[in-house]
Amino acid sequence: MQKVEAGASIDGFELVERLQSGRMAALWRARNPKFDFPLLLKIPFLDPGGDVSVILGFEAEELILKRLSGPHVPRFAASGGLAKVPYIAMEFVAGVGLAELTNRAPQPPDEVARIGAEIAKALAALHRQKVVHLDLKPENIILAERGAVLLDFGLARHAELPDLLGEESSVPMGTAAYMSPEQVLGERSDPASDVFALGCILYQLATGEEPFGRPATFAGMKRRLYHAPKPPRDIDTAIPRWLEAVILRCMEVDRSKRYAEATHVLSDLRNPDQVVVARKRAPSNERPWVAIRNLFRRTDERSLVGKPASSTVRAGPPIVLAAVDLANGSDALAGEVLNETARILAARADSWLACVTVLKTEIVGNTPSVDESGRLVYLQRLVALKDWARPLHLPEDRISYHVLEAVSPADAILNYAEHNDVGHIVVGARSSSAIRRHLGSVSTKVVARALCSVSVVRLKAIEEQRRLPS
Amino acid sequence: MRIAILSDIHANREAFDAVLEVVEKQAADQLVLLGDLVGYGPDPVYVVEKAADLVEAGALCIMGNHDEAAASGRSGMTENARIAIEWTRERLARVHLDFLGKLPLSLRSEDRLYVHASAERWKKWAYIRDVDAAQRSLSSSDARFIFCGHTHIPAIYYALPGSRPVHFQPLSNVAAPLSKLRRHLVIVGAVGQPRDGNPAACFALLDTERREVTMVRVPYDHEETARKIRASGLPGWLGMRLKIGR
Repeated sequence: MQKVEAGASIDGFELVERLQSGRMAALWRARNPKFDFPLLLKIPFLDPGGDVSVILGFEAEELILKRLSGPHVPRFAASGGLAKVPYIAMEFVAGVGLAELTNRAPQPPDEVARIGAEIAKALAALHRQKVVHLDLKPENIILAERGAVLLDFGLARHAELPDLLGEESSVPMGTAAYMSPEQVLGERSDPASDVFALGCILYQLATGEEPFGRPATFAGMKRRLYHAPKPPRDIDTAIPRWLEAVILRCMEVDRSKRYAEATHVLSDLRNPDQVVVARKRAPSNERPWVAIRNLFRRTDERSLVGKPASSTVRAGPPIVLAAVDLANGSDALAGEVLNETARILAARADSWLACVTVLKTEIVGNTPSVDESGRLVYLQRLVALKDWARPLHLPEDRISYHVLEAVSPADAILNYAEHNDVGHIVVGARSSSAIRRHLGSVSTKVVARALCSVSVVRLKAIEEQRRLPS
Repeated sequence: MRIAILSDIHANREAFDAVLEVVEKQAADQLVLLGDLVGYGPDPVYVVEKAADLVEAGALCIMGNHDEAAASGRSGMTENARIAIEWTRERLARVHLDFLGKLPLSLRSEDRLYVHASAERWKKWAYIRDVDAAQRSLSSSDARFIFCGHTHIPAIYYALPGSRPVHFQPLSNVAAPLSKLRRHLVIVGAVGQPRDGNPAACFALLDTERREVTMVRVPYDHEETARKIRASGLPGWLGMRLKIGR
């Protein structure tokens, strides 16, 4: 085997400097003129007769990393097999390691929400590529200029590829402090497991404490199925109720109560006012009783963690944006937008609706809500928006209302959709008119520039009216 | 290099033609026919002649148990298969039977072994339906890749030295990875009589540079094949199963 030292060259990669490395692999800064981005070489410690999990982790990471793309993962460069030096060459990502921030926790709530949203966004992008990370922890997250970047796919699982790692092992794999309860029970396929780990990270950032400690035994790890961690506000009352609600919902043992998707977490962290805070929290002195009762009940442990979220996720978009024009009150087109929205929401029981209407301002910087009459218009529009959505009868944790003030309604809708990772937009289109043809309609622009699916709703009757002589 | 591997064509002209059209579009560098050209289906003459042309043009072709039964007249098969072999023998000329009888039982090309049923005792026509059978097959050869057909159900077994192989059911039209660290047993689905619940014809496309193998599914006019089966007096179930892919 070739010597691994500074100055050595492996398949054209020149080793420059050894970085702080983990138990499984050595990390090297490297150079190779063939690649136009900074490089990192990961060289696993493969001793003959050594831990087979090192080989399996190396194999899994190579398999998955080279299939991933986008700003939230390091770019894959090349890999080498066992014949010479096994390695994975990837992009070196500059930024702040999240571990530095958890070491300095507690962090201010705003900062926790901001970091959490960055990680949730990265997770959503990963899950869209059919990959579950399964070892999300501060050491594996870098906050870079381009957003959060997730590292180390040695335990990850791709939904369409063989799970060679999981098949070879019967012990739960992950990091004890952040592992989801279903992972403790050996399940390795649910994106909601990463949401649980994100909850643990947010808990730690907000309180400065790890919710479950670092149990070393299987029994110790299983405690999380029966014992909820101390609520964050029991540690620090300065943590806002909404943030506590988001953290605890990420950490629900039963997946039917947990956020099914990282996108939902992102949306709640960015819109604190839409988070529904339970009016009455279970007082902490009731908790021992619950624990004792659970102990005697001893139900099947699998039933405690509920069904995987993935079946829900396939059913439909997690967040639907309905853009409705209420400038002239609720008309027939608004009614049809409502019908279409209802059909899309029906596909999925935990989908969530953002109702958006745009209050047009004439000039940039002119916000009508600042003066008294403007404020009135804004409130009227909000009332109209709520009235429009009322027939959907959605519970308050599935709906939010947004009156956006903007010069360009299309831009406002698109910005909102992108910022909140909306999965489907419903927008109405009015009949063609000379002005609309000249300026371009809102729906045309939304369709052209949206990053997700768009349903354009049109009234059939209007087609006929147009043919009538004016 | 990209290699198209076609198994269990079973005298199904419509499926064979549909698959060859896709193979041509994919511009594969090499074609391998993995045995069982005949049996069950209504077009043995067409399929054997086409296969002979392809071999002439450089394709590799090995023998399957139905090819052996047709060439030799011996058969230890289920009733439907036996009836179909007798029917097939009546239609094939000497030259066709000779072609089938002279096919090799296996072929080795670089680190790849091609064999119809299993690398374990070729002429026993063992079925690889579980990890144990896969392990026996893998331990009978030192090839890094073993390709078989015979079960009509696509599967990949991944083997690390010293541990039991891992079974994976590859998804249709999604490239499955081949590991740098492991040996592999790839069971190619059937062109002419799929049995995994999907009636579309199946063949494997191997990409040696990308280290991937894809089970490519090709829908074809199975109604027409079933009609021919009925019209020719072959057992009706042989047409029925093409519609349901079982």
